Amino acid sequence: MSEEDEDQAAPPKRPRASPSPPPDQVLDNVLETVLQFLAAPRDRGAASLVCRSWHRAESATRVTVAVRNILAASPARAARRFPNAHHILLKGRPRFADFNLLPPGWAGSAFRPWAAAFASAAFPALRSLSLKRITVTDADLDLLARSLPASFRELSLLLCDGFSSRGLASIASHCRGLRVLDVVDCEMNEEEDDEVSDWVAAFPGGHTHLESLSFECFTPQVPFAALEALVARSPRLHRLGVNQHVSLGQLRRLMALTPRLTHLGTGSFRPGDGVEDQGLDFGQILTAFTSAGRPNTLVSLSGFRDLAPEYLPAIAVVSANLTSLDLSYAPVTPDQILPFIGQCCSLETLWVLDSVRDEGLEAVAMYCKKLQVLRVLPLDALEDAEELVSEVGLTAISEGCRGLRSILYFCQRMTNAAVITMSQNCPELKVFRLCIMGRHQPDHVTGEPMDEGFGAIVRNCSKLTRLSTSGRLTDRAFEYIGKYGKSLRTLSVAFAGDSDLALQHILQGCSKLEKLEIRDCPFGDAGLLSGMHHFYHMRFVWMSGCNLTLQGCKEVARQLPRMVVELINSQPENQRPDGVDILYMYRSLEGPREDVPPFVKIL
Amino acid sequence: MSVETERSSTESSAASGLDFEDTALTLRLPGSSSSDTDRKRASTSDPSCRSPSAAASDSPPSPKYAARVVGWPPVRSYRKNALATAAASKFVKVAVDGAPYLRKVDLTAYAGYTSSTSYDQLLAALQDKFFSHLTFRKLGNQEMKLVDTVSGTEYVPTYEDKDGDWMLVGDVPWRMFVETCQRLRLMKSSEAVNLAPRAAR
Repeated sequence: MSEEDEDQAAPPKRPRASPSPPPDQVLDNVLETVLQFLAAPRDRGAASLVCRSWHRAESATRVTVAVRNILAASPARAARRFPNAHHILLKGRPRFADFNLLPPGWAGSAFRPWAAAFASAAFPALRSLSLKRITVTDADLDLLARSLPASFRELSLLLCDGFSSRGLASIASHCRGLRVLDVVDCEMNEEEDDEVSDWVAAFPGGHTHLESLSFECFTPQVPFAALEALVARSPRLHRLGVNQHVSLGQLRRLMALTPRLTHLGTGSFRPGDGVEDQGLDFGQILTAFTSAGRPNTLVSLSGFRDLAPEYLPAIAVVSANLTSLDLSYAPVTPDQILPFIGQCCSLETLWVLDSVRDEGLEAVAMYCKKLQVLRVLPLDALEDAEELVSEVGLTAISEGCRGLRSILYFCQRMTNAAVITMSQNCPELKVFRLCIMGRHQPDHVTGEPMDEGFGAIVRNCSKLTRLSTSGRLTDRAFEYIGKYGKSLRTLSVAFAGDSDLALQHILQGCSKLEKLEIRDCPFGDAGLLSGMHHFYHMRFVWMSGCNLTLQGCKEVARQLPRMVVELINSQPENQRPDGVDILYMYRSLEGPREDVPPFVKIL
Repeated sequence: MSVETERSSTESSAASGLDFEDTALTLRLPGSSSSDTDRKRASTSDPSCRSPSAAASDSPPSPKYAARVVGWPPVRSYRKNALATAAASKFVKVAVDGAPYLRKVDLTAYAGYTSSTSYDQLLAALQDKFFSHLTFRKLGNQEMKLVDTVSGTEYVPTYEDKDGDWMLVGDVPWRMFVETCQRLRLMKSSEAVNLAPRAAR
């Protein structure tokens, strides 16, 4: 290992002083340069497993770091491995928490160490932070705001909670170079009316760098004068999402200040009582949408939080260029959607309420030939609500939108035939989520379970990665899923199956399964234990309302020390001594967490 | 159109191992054994059992799935609330002494067959929203208390009425309560002694 030896195989132990870098260091440099072009997370993960120098090079060059379970890795570990991270994504709670299945306070301080890490510049190159389903306090936001590097540009909070307008005010006033502030679907803390911070006014004076500002979920009113002033001095703003207190007249004023708008969250879309709405008429709104070349620049519309339907046709003028339309907060009827849906020939993403009925969906199928993502959400989320959409709508969509990739469809009843038809017409489907709202509902025409329908989906849609089931399903449905669902990564099952066999089919058949959510199914320990060989390949398993016992879960914990096995009790009073209410288990590099609320037991 | 899927209002939920017929609406005596996955709170009354009209008839007039199960259908409560505000709803702020943040509840979601069940549901919902280790006790003389089982602190639900006075929850018929209530406050029992005695107003 002499210094003159340039051909050694092992990497040098000290940096060399020779004029030209040794081959191995050259290799590292080349590797790093090449790996910079590798973007897809799975590719990066694969590259890092090749050998040590690839691992090093990949770690040094990874700019987008996704910690999809915040409890799986500590910030210190992430910082050691990926010191060059520009964008960090953190995900917290399991998805079923959205439906009140997880008691509040389950992991309230999971973000705190990350906030501290960011504050101490553990990630010196950090530019953007995306948090999903995480409890973030005002104190956390304040800490971030005051200590993040000047290069910090983007903050996105999706489905987060625990903060209020005070936290937003901290961000606004201290993050000088902020380009993106997106607060989406967050359950912010309620505040007394006179305590709400005017965070919009907290942005520093002069031109801002804001490119995207979204606060559609912000419940208090934002003083309009401050909002208008902010928009006026944000020349780069092209994405704006306002909350439901912004009236149509106010929206018109904001639109006049944002000629570059590409994405617009329209607020209430109803005239208000203020001075901005005096004398408002349809023509003015139409002008707002035709001016500034908007028919060519606007690609996404959302909001419509308190829609005045007589103004809806105004969006027809921009419809031809729209790729994304979210009407899921507006109870739009068929005759209200018809005036403009005919022009939506570029639409790729559409979210609607079932108020559009089968008729509305038939129109969508007829005109939106490029549709890739469709969500039909329920106006009335009840098991016994009026039936507004049915298999007729689903079939129509499948026949009209052959390129469909992702569908979420709520309905009261369904037939196997319609689901089978969709599986045949839409081979590109990657996400199929059908929610028949009545539990255990069979095919309402034949009376049979929905087994064949879901079976056809997994059989015919070879690209399927995500599946949510509903309706009456026997073990046979899961036999199909296990046999054909070889690409499935996420599976959600509720009120289905007859026995442990169903769970066995899933765990032994779906070799790529990463996320499993099960609620209220007759699955017990035998089913759970049949997945022992696979659990380390999974991100998490959620089972609630099933027939698991303490012994079964202990067995899993015993055999899989790297899984954190949490037993969560959502009903302290109503508990069998050895029954398990919620099992939530996930792989983690850090072992069991320390801050554990009283209703959680970690095995 | 507001939907409240808190654990407060439940019937039998889809129990594991039962087939379709078993999950249809059945009348049970209060206090009868619940299935494993039954999400009924032990202290919450069963509205359909209490209701005299339902008990009298063979097939209850209510639709097949009057039962409400937690988190089903899987629609986020944020979205449900947003759609509900378009319809008739009454959201009031709820404060708990000592808790750092407020919550909102929609009073129209708890309309039950009787005032008593509505109040029960409201309290159970408050319990869910604030702490998972509060239980509520209903004492014989209609007094309601929420107890933090960890610290032992007792809370008494109070509300501010249209005149700005603070009253104890539970005195007036439910509909009148919804009409007059402006905000709710879970007051520590120790401080609630100053409230007007029950007989007043």
